[in-house]
Amino acid sequence: MSDGKAKTVMPVAAFDEMRGPEGCYAKYEAIRRWLEQTPPETVVLKRAEAELLFRRIGITFAVYSEGGDPERLIPFDIIPRVLDGEEWRLLSRGLTQRVRAIDAFLRDIYHGREILRAGKVPERLILHNEGFRPEMQDLDTPHGVYCHIAGIDLVRTGPDQFYVLEDNCRTPSGVSYMLENREAMMRLFPDLCAQHRLAPVARYPEDLLETLKSVAPVNCASDPVVVLLTPGSYNSAYYEHSFLADEMGIELVEGADLLVDDNIVYMRTTEGPRRVDVIYRRIDDDFIDPLAFRSESVVGTAGLLNAYRAGNVTLANAVGTGVADDKAVYPYVPTMIRFYLGEEPILQNVPTYSCGRAEDLGFVLDHLPELVVKEARGSGGYGMLVGPRASAAELSAFAEKLKARPADYIAQPTLALSTCPTFVASGVAPRHVDLRPFVLRGKEIRIVPGGLTRVALREGSLVVNSSQGGGTKDTWVLES
Amino acid sequence: MLSRTADSLYWLARYVERAENTARTVLVGHWMASMARSLGNPGNEWESTLIASGCAPGYRAKYAKVTPASVVDYLVRDPENLSSLISCIETARRNARAVRTALTADMWNALNETCLQMRQKLASGFTPDQVSEMLEWVKQRSQLFNGSYANTMLRNDAYYFTRLGTYIERADNTARILDVKYHVLLPQDAGVGGALDYYQWQSILRSVSGLRSYHWVYHERLQHWRVAELLILRSEMPRSLVSCYDEIARTLDLLAEAYAGKRGECHRLAGEVFARLRYGRIQDIFQQGLHEFLTEFINRTMILGDEIASLYLI
Repeated sequence: MSDGKAKTVMPVAAFDEMRGPEGCYAKYEAIRRWLEQTPPETVVLKRAEAELLFRRIGITFAVYSEGGDPERLIPFDIIPRVLDGEEWRLLSRGLTQRVRAIDAFLRDIYHGREILRAGKVPERLILHNEGFRPEMQDLDTPHGVYCHIAGIDLVRTGPDQFYVLEDNCRTPSGVSYMLENREAMMRLFPDLCAQHRLAPVARYPEDLLETLKSVAPVNCASDPVVVLLTPGSYNSAYYEHSFLADEMGIELVEGADLLVDDNIVYMRTTEGPRRVDVIYRRIDDDFIDPLAFRSESVVGTAGLLNAYRAGNVTLANAVGTGVADDKAVYPYVPTMIRFYLGEEPILQNVPTYSCGRAEDLGFVLDHLPELVVKEARGSGGYGMLVGPRASAAELSAFAEKLKARPADYIAQPTLALSTCPTFVASGVAPRHVDLRPFVLRGKEIRIVPGGLTRVALREGSLVVNSSQGGGTKDTWVLES
Repeated sequence: MLSRTADSLYWLARYVERAENTARTVLVGHWMASMARSLGNPGNEWESTLIASGCAPGYRAKYAKVTPASVVDYLVRDPENLSSLISCIETARRNARAVRTALTADMWNALNETCLQMRQKLASGFTPDQVSEMLEWVKQRSQLFNGSYANTMLRNDAYYFTRLGTYIERADNTARILDVKYHVLLPQDAGVGGALDYYQWQSILRSVSGLRSYHWVYHERLQHWRVAELLILRSEMPRSLVSCYDEIARTLDLLAEAYAGKRGECHRLAGEVFARLRYGRIQDIFQQGLHEFLTEFINRTMILGDEIASLYLI
């Protein structure tokens, strides 16, 4: 996943999601028995079978993208990660609250900017943000929704301690793994699955389609025509684009398949131009319309923004949502929750120091060896400093960079990410995990119970992104 | 369906068919040249192969002399030649990749495997002796692909566009193969109706897998005007121009049916060309001149391609 990121913790005891001080948690009891009773040979066999099966599914992925590049297959761990109903309800409420606040924030900054006028969020931070799109000023989106699909990255440090690490409000990816992982588990371990009351995830594509239809332009007369706009088969997430389009039964279009005439968007079909009402776009703002944004973009469609502004087509996500998932804006999400909803945040932010603030910068420079410092606008773990892992020379070099451009950086304490039992070469061992649930917001908010669990497969490694030895697990939410 | 999807399916099928026919054309050159050599009368067989395949200008820009080795190299493995075997197969695969989900698994596997093996074969090099074996292999792979789509695709517009691609390309290519005979010169001392002339017509027939068919249909020794009749006017012959146009006209009708009766210039043109072939006589074609007839036919097929594109593909 391109928006993956590296995470580190101090060498503190991590919270084990399977075993507490009083032994195995009830939700993991059946899995514990299964792990104990299954002879090691069978486990080895099953793992081989899993790998084979997953390779086959994976090859389907790879075929979507390119002839079978094995590096693109992300390792799959067969031990599921389990959340009980109570835990999920907490997360679900917290995610709903967070996405409502982010949407209210986006609507506000593109209209009256009350939160800026109230002095709750610095105006400079928003209006000069790369993700801020002046073109969106005073534009009313159907049902006031901006962030139709959000992927919220969560980490856990204790029984009730969940933190939001990052909000992905532009074009979050990874949901196809959530669906394929479950498919693999049901096929490989039907017995184990049957011993649990698993909340199903397979309805995600239907939920997504209904969400997209529910935000069709108000003037859309009949059943809305929804398409998925992809940058094309060379994009790293192309398999997911074609997978989702297939599952939803909608056309997978490229920029050149669309044309705009008199501010109405059509796709070119063999039966002539066909009007398009909703575009689930997996292309960044910068590239959707060469007339409005980057003129050299070849993956976009000329005139799309005008059609959008005229209210003749819905883009999901809306243009300009990037300002809400900027790392420098992230510290203000709790403020947004209080400001717009009058509620206290259910899910906590990781304490974050904005190096642009003088007092924060001082603290960060003093505590550099303990902190993780990231570029405010970076992603994929580029240009970041992991304090506890850095040499003295690296620390002092980074300090100089910080002093030179403090506003470009944020810093966070290293968190002790929770662990889940995972199959590794030596047997079953705890490995660190995170979780990305996907939140759908149309007329209503829907969250498929579960998400994408990423796991750091290397011992001691705290990096879950796939490019650095991360794998995935099926995420089980138990119904109760 | 999306025009881009239809376009990719159409060109995918065209390029697979073109690969097969390029292989067939090279085989004609191969046979004619070895026949001429063994009769002690080598001529311009390879040059005529180049002209008929439409690759002569590109070849001349690259090579000063026509030699068997360089012609084969240019037509088989040169990536700069957009009609070379390897280019056709790579282009077909690129089109297939772009519409991966519109293909059946069998189609994709047939094509993908062909491309991967072809790359391997070319990388490991081949001797002149292995050329015809490889050309036969390309024919087989193309037939595997055609069979896989005929047997696995849903009978809907996607299938119709794929089929159109196959038959438009085949019509064009059969005309070109027949035209090889026009360009190949008979040496002064080898007259029309002589041994060399005879073997040249035979090579043409063999290249379209029509030698046996000829005997089944006519029960007599090869006559040049009958060879032309078989490849142009006989509906029993599956690669003949009339057979191709029969398929094209019928497939266009099926498309019009699928699309609420909508028709265009391509329907009229295909019907007209088909009717001329259906009711044409070989003596009239020879009166006009076989080469002139084939040139006009190739042009009209090109126009038909443009008309199909403007109605459906852009």
